[in-house]
Amino acid sequence: MSAIRVPVVEKIFSTNDKIANQNRQNLTNKKVLAINLMASPGAGKTSFILATIKRLKDQFRIGVIEGDTAPVTIDADKIISAGMPAVQINTGGDCHLDASMMGDGLSALPLDELDLVIVENVGNLICPAAWDLGTHFNLLVASVPEGDDKPYKYPNIYRGLEILIINKVDLQPYVEFKMDYFRQGVEMLNPGLITFPVSCRTDEGMDAWIDWLSQKIIDFKKNA
Amino acid sequence: MHELSVTESLLNLALSHANQANATKVTAINIVVGRLSSIVDDSVQFYWDFVAEDSICAGAKLNFDRRPAVLHCADCSTDYTIEHDLTPCPKCGGMRTTIISGEEFFLDSIEIEKEAEKIS
Repeated sequence: MSAIRVPVVEKIFSTNDKIANQNRQNLTNKKVLAINLMASPGAGKTSFILATIKRLKDQFRIGVIEGDTAPVTIDADKIISAGMPAVQINTGGDCHLDASMMGDGLSALPLDELDLVIVENVGNLICPAAWDLGTHFNLLVASVPEGDDKPYKYPNIYRGLEILIINKVDLQPYVEFKMDYFRQGVEMLNPGLITFPVSCRTDEGMDAWIDWLSQKIIDFKKNA
Repeated sequence: MHELSVTESLLNLALSHANQANATKVTAINIVVGRLSSIVDDSVQFYWDFVAEDSICAGAKLNFDRRPAVLHCADCSTDYTIEHDLTPCPKCGGMRTTIISGEEFFLDSIEIEKEAEKIS
């Protein structure tokens, strides 16, 4: 017997990344823009998606993939009642969606009829950051009551973002949240990150987000 | 938190390279883990014994090469290492930073045994 060292140098996420690239190619071919929406539990992911759908539904066709750790269809039901196709993926207790689950979700949606797919990831600020799903953008819904220290505590998720939403800004007078401190942490991790402070409850800031997203969808369909 | 699926991916990757090399046994797995990669080595080690059971990787030793998190200050070009918290540049207090290392997470190499080939 002889002991031999075999060099590998391959990312441990390489299988996931391969499937993620297939998902992205599939979406791009069909000119469907996809957003991976992440957040902690209770940040307002579903409310934010519903508020976005409400404002865009006359202009664009939107599908939603709902990632949940348990087989409760509360979120998916809300999307379907808003008149949009939604598919629920139960991760079976896992803390994140991965590219293969995302692929299953995509095959259950009528992609040929859609302009935008929003993937609601599992509520968690750690694990979803490590798995590329094959979307075009990573978006985080942060929220004021979570506290202004979150970028410092969960740097990985902030680093991989293309869009940051700061939800529940209407609660700023009632909680200790120093916006400058929060944004300074974000700036260190992700300089120049596109950020929209909003409130899904009062609609504050939603116009700016919707204008930006509408333009993004139009540009994407033109260039895809 | 997600170390079970990470450990399964690690096993599959190691097995595919071991098979390509006609290994009869894998004795060690050498992994590079950056400080910022949010992977807990102890958890990977914990799951490893379960997932690798009944494969040629059973009993392989996991070696973790931990890489520090090094940031580069865009204002004064200082490189500095961070331990736990995200801190501004120690030299100029600058906040504009890029990450030089610390995000690594890959399988560097495996150590295998195979039947000695007869040299004729």
